Amino acid sequence: MGEDLLREALEENKLFVEKLLAKPQPGSAGPTGTWRTYRPVVNEGKCIKCGLCWLYCPEEAIEWSPGGLPKIDYRFCKGCGVCVQECPVKAIDFVYEGE
Amino acid sequence: MPVPIAKLAQVKRKGVVPGNPACMGCPHTLGLKILGKVLGDRAVLVVPAGCTSIIAGVYPRAGINMPVLHVPFASAGAVASGIAAAYDMIGRDGVVVVWSGDGGAADIGFATLSGAAIRNENILVIVSDNEAYMNTGIQASGTTSWRARTTTTPIYGKTEEKKDLALLMLLHRVPYVATASVGYPTDFAEKLENAAAIRGFRFIHLLSPCPPGWRFDADKTAHVAKLAVETGAWILWEYINGRFRISPMSRPYADPRRRKPIEEYLRLQGRFSHVKPEDVEFIKRRIEENWRLVKELEAFYRG
Repeated sequence: MGEDLLREALEENKLFVEKLLAKPQPGSAGPTGTWRTYRPVVNEGKCIKCGLCWLYCPEEAIEWSPGGLPKIDYRFCKGCGVCVQECPVKAIDFVYEGE
Repeated sequence: MPVPIAKLAQVKRKGVVPGNPACMGCPHTLGLKILGKVLGDRAVLVVPAGCTSIIAGVYPRAGINMPVLHVPFASAGAVASGIAAAYDMIGRDGVVVVWSGDGGAADIGFATLSGAAIRNENILVIVSDNEAYMNTGIQASGTTSWRARTTTTPIYGKTEEKKDLALLMLLHRVPYVATASVGYPTDFAEKLENAAAIRGFRFIHLLSPCPPGWRFDADKTAHVAKLAVETGAWILWEYINGRFRISPMSRPYADPRRRKPIEEYLRLQGRFSHVKPEDVEFIKRRIEENWRLVKELEAFYRG
């Protein structure tokens, strides 16, 4: 009975749900990659694939699967450098943008 | 046991969407990300005014990939109680999460928070504590550290001490209370899992070092959060089913000799740049007192 009530309420508020609710989408603040002064670059030879950079990235801009290399999404990476700081083997270089 | 990184990485769903309006190195997005990994599809967020209201993004896009209800400052506990009751009525499985800042929980929203705790409402309250009203421009709050400089305490730093919110909630006699730190996401994830498995009022106090507010470089967010634990200034513990336990990450620092010097933690933060040696001595004494209290609590609540 509960789910019926919910469906009814959603039906009544269709316009609200479909049009007026904000939906999760990348880039809600624009292309935040332009905020960067320094760019983190993974040194693939040094990387031990531990996943700590993925774990600590506050932006979820790093893609990583267990056993794989991390991949940084430069469209949205803000260049905070937390991954550079947390990498246990210093395998991420912090490169000045434009170089 | 802390949740392994590989297990967290298997969840492909993102709690925060990249390109959100959070500052560089924001601790809140780091916490929200872990929340999304652990409770992602079950959580509904109630967010009182604060930094997270901004992180949720600008219409028509949203920066948080979970249902978010924005509510006025003082009402988060009350609104969440209502949602929990509605979920019960329609028989829906879900975790009602209040994601609040320290001002919204410890100062302005404390009445409704305390009320929800006393009624033992079925909600999970996470206080992401950056120790000031950062969103409005770094004004001191009840949980700002003693001697920390903010825009309302610009010369000597704050003259009052930090309110211990987690212990306050513990003495509300609720089923679950814990402290966590964004420096240890796997420990935070474990505490979220434990809290989600319990019915009733659950509370997690998450320390979130804020780069612009605490005045340190954006890349040091997790480093400062870890230093807070390693110097003993922030103690990780968990109270569950009547048992109080110091978390494994904090356990070694029960011995003062194994703690890193507190100066290392203070020196990194511009907000403490003016503290004098006698202030540091006072801070050290206070840390030791906190440890004694926590150890006593552990001995008292043996379960």
